[in-house]
Amino acid sequence: MGISSIAFILIFLGAAAFFAFKIRQIIQNIKLGRSLDRTDNKGERLKTTIRVALGQSKMVTRPIPGILHIFIYVAFIFTQIELIEIIIDGVSGNHRIFFEPLGGFYVFIISLIEVLSALALIATFTFLARRNLLKIPRFVKSEMTGWPKLDGNIILYLEFLLVMFIFTMNGADEALRLQGASHAEGSGSFGFAISSILGPNVFGSMDVATLHLLERIGWWGHFIVVMGFMVYLPFSKHLHIFFAFPNVYFSNLKPKGQFTNMEAVTNEVKLMMDPNADPFAAPAADANAEPQRFGVKDVKDLNWVNILNAYSCTECGRCTSSCPANITGKKLSPRKIMMDVRDRVEEVGKGLRKDPNFDDGKSLLGDYITEEEVWACTSCNACVQECPVNIDPLSIIVDLRRYLVMEESKIPAELMTMNTNIENNQAPWQFSPTDRLNWRDED
Amino acid sequence: MSEIKVPTMAEMMAAGETPEVLFWVGCAGSFDDRAKKITKAIVKILNKCNVKFAVLGTEEACTGDPAKRAGNEFLFQMQAMMNIQVLDAYEVKKIVTACPHCFNTLKNEYPGLGGNYEVIHHTQLLESLFNEGKLQVEGGEFKGKKITFHDPCYLGRANEVYEAPRNVLQKLDAELVEMKRCKAKGLCCGAGGAQMFKEAEKGNKEVNVERTEDALETNPQIIATGCPFCNTMMTDGVKNFNKENDIKVLDIAEMIASASDL
Repeated sequence: MGISSIAFILIFLGAAAFFAFKIRQIIQNIKLGRSLDRTDNKGERLKTTIRVALGQSKMVTRPIPGILHIFIYVAFIFTQIELIEIIIDGVSGNHRIFFEPLGGFYVFIISLIEVLSALALIATFTFLARRNLLKIPRFVKSEMTGWPKLDGNIILYLEFLLVMFIFTMNGADEALRLQGASHAEGSGSFGFAISSILGPNVFGSMDVATLHLLERIGWWGHFIVVMGFMVYLPFSKHLHIFFAFPNVYFSNLKPKGQFTNMEAVTNEVKLMMDPNADPFAAPAADANAEPQRFGVKDVKDLNWVNILNAYSCTECGRCTSSCPANITGKKLSPRKIMMDVRDRVEEVGKGLRKDPNFDDGKSLLGDYITEEEVWACTSCNACVQECPVNIDPLSIIVDLRRYLVMEESKIPAELMTMNTNIENNQAPWQFSPTDRLNWRDED
Repeated sequence: MSEIKVPTMAEMMAAGETPEVLFWVGCAGSFDDRAKKITKAIVKILNKCNVKFAVLGTEEACTGDPAKRAGNEFLFQMQAMMNIQVLDAYEVKKIVTACPHCFNTLKNEYPGLGGNYEVIHHTQLLESLFNEGKLQVEGGEFKGKKITFHDPCYLGRANEVYEAPRNVLQKLDAELVEMKRCKAKGLCCGAGGAQMFKEAEKGNKEVNVERTEDALETNPQIIATGCPFCNTMMTDGVKNFNKENDIKVLDIAEMIASASDL
């Protein structure tokens, strides 16, 4: 086995092991959330996943970014075929091992990858322009400064590099084969769609040694960027390329207007309304159990799907750009809610791995999300509707309200009055319940 | 004003009768002066079509929707359980309501607490009355008028009822124009999530003003709604632009009633 094969295997295993290690931590973090049963309706869930995640059905509701995203998405999927070849070649020390056995089909696949890569390149440039030159409003909101902004650009730079390396590799190899000097079988053009043009026109005048060097730079460069991407993903919003699929699968299938009925509350209300209930009866359940908090104060009060949502968010901001509160200048941004959850769960997860009794005195509500944000929501479901991967920021916002109201009695004064009116007058306004049918006799 | 007949469930029960459908009037429909007009329009249509209905009258109580959206799950469930006891005592099977918030709560959140009813929005009832041939209108005063429909969030996105209100509006022989943000992409009027009952957080604009701009872009003569709260917000929005003499904000039920000379 050559030195390059050994280097290849070490880089590959190192990156894969690191990726597995980080994903395990992320799964641990997701499991910090409360349990929630989303194992029902498997058929419907699968269909939704195929339509929304695989089929990108919600992406194309905004056609320009939607179609450009599909270029990158499809290019990514097909390039995996080439990656398989790179891995086999890298381990075995071969060159284009599929070329001979697959023949014309190989030419077709590589040509397809080249065309898709070119389209992905167009998309990458457009996306960079949308973020940095055109400054599309949703990419320059207040939560999109610092790391999130850099993260978005790094991903696009890496994508640019990936495509450049593919064309360098194929173009140089094409030029070599035209001179009969390629390590692949035979001579003359490979016949790949784009590199058969790039080969003679860009690389044609170079000597064989330079071309071999360029071909290797392309090959290694492509491989190393892919491995780099794998190491980078767990720290990046780009994790959505994997998490989007389980995220859509486990998403809420019920009508968007249906909020959960809290079971703990149901039990208490039933007890209150039961004339036979003994108010002094000892609690039947495990009296030592820690009482569960009403609503959400910190990430451990969330359910696991909320946390999966946070890791699946790629910060595209379609939610925020359709949020009536955000559009009218309020502080609430549904995207920020998801980013805050991810930041906080990373912090708590890291702390708990060091010390099982970790408590930094901070919490999601207060230190990350302010009450002002929570109360600005109109619960209109635009954010849920817009999310291309079915993330549900609204359920988190409502659970934060539940904590504020039921645990801390912190509620805007007018809403306190509204609640009192509902309690006393059976309506949110201060009208007498006996006047409820007066409209019948009024003119 | 023509006489309206509004029997209560108690009166019907005393007479040994059972209504086909319970008309859930809701708090706005019962107490808000503007919304009461919508309530009456619905009653007139129900009377005209000989739909056997009843209301709960003073036995009706807030569904608990605004309390739930504001995070007070206790109060919501108390309201829900009390209402379910009343509804079940009258053996109610089917409910129609003019408030998308009551509609959503009764339809989606009551079943989990033991209250199972068939719940429809009044635009769905109107649609089926048209389909069954019980209701016919000429365009009347709305013929050829430019009308834009504002989707209430809790009817549209929350429950995916987009077509019933539009199908009913089509009967008016008017010109229906869509706002740039409509149906699933419709912008909230600003009242949802208990915002109706509080001042908005600090920002640079009111949501209803933003939404009214959407409507004004279509140059409508009428902004149609299907929610008493949207109605209030859009009416205020139109006033904000001093257009209240040119543009009316009407509920679909009011338009159908008035086109039928009710």
